[in-house]
Amino acid sequence: MFDTALTLADLGFLAKGAAMTLAVTAVSVLAGTVLGVVFGVIRNQAGPYWSMPITFLLDIFRSVPLLIQLVLGNALQSILKLGWAPFTTSCVVLSLYTAAYCTEIVRGGISAVPATTRRAARSLGMTWWQDMRYIVAPLATRVSLPAWIGLTLGVMKDSALVLWLGLIELLRASQILVTRLQEPLFILLICGAIYFIISFPIARLGGYLERRWSND
Amino acid sequence: MFSYNFHWNQAFKALPQMLEGALVTLQIALLSMAIGLAVALALTLFRLSGNRILNGFATAWVEVARNTPALFQIYMAHFGLGNFGIHLSPYTALLVGIAFNNAGYLAENFRGALKAIPDTQTRAGRSLGMTPLQAFRYIVMPQMLRIAFLPATNQMVWAILMTSLGVTVGMNTDLAGVTQALNAVSFRTFEFFALAAVIYYVIAKAVTLAARLAATRMFRY
Amino acid sequence: MIEIENVRKSFGSLEVLKGINLTVQKGEVLTIIGGSGSGKSTLLTCINGLETIDGGRIVVDGTDVHAKATDLNKLRRKLGIVFQQFNAFPHLTVLENVMLAPVKVLGQSKAEAEAMAVKQLTHVGLGDKLKVYPNRMSGGQQQRMAIARALAMSPAYMLFDEVTSALDPQLVGEVLDTLRMLASEGMTMICVTHEMKFAREVSDRVAFFHKGVMAEIAPPEQLFGAPKDADLQTFLAATH
Ligand SMILES: Nc1ncnc2c1ncn2[C@@H]1O[C@H](COP(=O)(O)OP(=O)(O)OP(=O)(O)O)[C@@H](O)[C@H]1O
Ligand SMILES: [Mg+2]
Repeated sequence: MFDTALTLADLGFLAKGAAMTLAVTAVSVLAGTVLGVVFGVIRNQAGPYWSMPITFLLDIFRSVPLLIQLVLGNALQSILKLGWAPFTTSCVVLSLYTAAYCTEIVRGGISAVPATTRRAARSLGMTWWQDMRYIVAPLATRVSLPAWIGLTLGVMKDSALVLWLGLIELLRASQILVTRLQEPLFILLICGAIYFIISFPIARLGGYLERRWSND
Repeated sequence: MFSYNFHWNQAFKALPQMLEGALVTLQIALLSMAIGLAVALALTLFRLSGNRILNGFATAWVEVARNTPALFQIYMAHFGLGNFGIHLSPYTALLVGIAFNNAGYLAENFRGALKAIPDTQTRAGRSLGMTPLQAFRYIVMPQMLRIAFLPATNQMVWAILMTSLGVTVGMNTDLAGVTQALNAVSFRTFEFFALAAVIYYVIAKAVTLAARLAATRMFRY
Repeated sequence: MIEIENVRKSFGSLEVLKGINLTVQKGEVLTIIGGSGSGKSTLLTCINGLETIDGGRIVVDGTDVHAKATDLNKLRRKLGIVFQQFNAFPHLTVLENVMLAPVKVLGQSKAEAEAMAVKQLTHVGLGDKLKVYPNRMSGGQQQRMAIARALAMSPAYMLFDEVTSALDPQLVGEVLDTLRMLASEGMTMICVTHEMKFAREVSDRVAFFHKGVMAEIAPPEQLFGAPKDADLQTFLAATH
């Protein structure tokens, strides 16, 4: 097991890959969440003229493989001569992908706030915005947080697919080492362990929050 | 604004080839679900067995399946097993990888479903002289499968989407693989992949609809 | 015959049964009354081996229930039990609920099991509900189905644990009538119940449990008419 050609420099290479994975994830989840909240509120509060097309469009992102979305996004930016780097393209596509799932989570969270609670708030003279800000947002956040954590981890794992556009993230970095060192199992195990170490504790935290908050 | 000429005709001409690929996609998804369901049931029994080793094995499977990328799992099947002298074809590696993933997620669904079934059901079965396995088989499992049916349908859609990852290990007969091969000779990337996206979308929606219909027929109580 | 000799049972540090001695003869109807937490349910689940015991022994027709060599699955065919919660199998029709164990446990043919199931369901007044799913039925009907399900195994003994406690008041009567019918047919029964009137009518003997001890056992006239135990007197005063 320890009889390996893997050097410290190679480990550094893997770490750089992992950093890329985290960077793509962070940007996409951030942008995707902002979009998801906006779309989620619209889906929940606006009439069918607004919410139906949004629902339909976002559903496409959940029914077409991410890999195909990445290829299409890349082709589109080249057709439109946008000149985006693979990192930008990857983040844009992943953000929309994240937004599609996040919208559903936000919508679910908002509809979990009882109508009676909201009516009570409005009866106290709160404006729509105050009701949203002080009543709905805190309650909905609590309901949605476990699912949102799950989504973040999902995006982190799915971000491996950006290797198809040439980004050297964690999995691609491992693959490069495998090709060079011809020790596929050992290197892939390290790669898997890194994913696992990032994902497992956060997944546990999500499960814990879900259990704790579903009890009261 | 843009000087790009779309060549949709070329893509439509390739439609029969792509539909053949879609069949392979559906085949892998269905096979991987069948294997995944069988393994998930076994893992569930392992977890219920009270045996530490079996329980640990099942838990490890579930956690690895859920906490590493599906693409990583396919790479493990394709490259990783090479260390043991096992060299899987892209088709088999893809199938093994997705089945592994399905089994983990389905086993977790089953665990959630089991929580919703009261212990008194098993007790009632045991009181009628059933063995633990009989009580599971005839009383708990049917109820568990019903509760887990909808999440399992979602997993089936995931399985369809995951088949597209085969192209990264050289798979060229499924929808993504065929599309990529066509793209490699024509360079009409957008047209071919847009058509592929539409086909994936239709398959995903058809499967969801079929599962809903099946559910209303299967679960009458 | 069910022989219970000096049975002890604890859950952790809580001693729930503190040396119970009791013999139930073939054909006898014994009812058990007593306050909440006195160990009544625990005794029933010890008799059919769903719970282990910490001391003493329980012998059913010569078989020691908790002996290592005992085939509990086989023994339980003799001991029908019905619980407070109806425990209907929701995924099966009423008929299938009753047929399941005879087919899978006794190895009866479908035809044989169906004939028996129809007979027992008709007996408890559910002959017209065969193809219905349990969640379409009232609690009283579900409880009668549970009784038919136990009877379809042709048990020698029937154990009833507060089978009317989870029912709406207007549904209690139909289930008690079913129990009365069984008693009049000579079924050997142990009934845990809070229905004093019922206990008085059908029992050969009534046992009063208090804090894990069987404080008094006597024929109903005597136990209700001239209770000796002080706790029993308090208990009866409270229930009237
Ligand atoms: N599985 C268990 N684990 C721990 N304690 C238990 C368990 N089952 C019962 N007990 C405890 O044992 C005691 C006796 O319970 P049991 O159910 O036998 O009482 P009971 O006489 O049937 O009361 P009730 O009239 O409320 O049904 C109670 O204090 C109960 O909390
Ligand atoms: Mg009780």
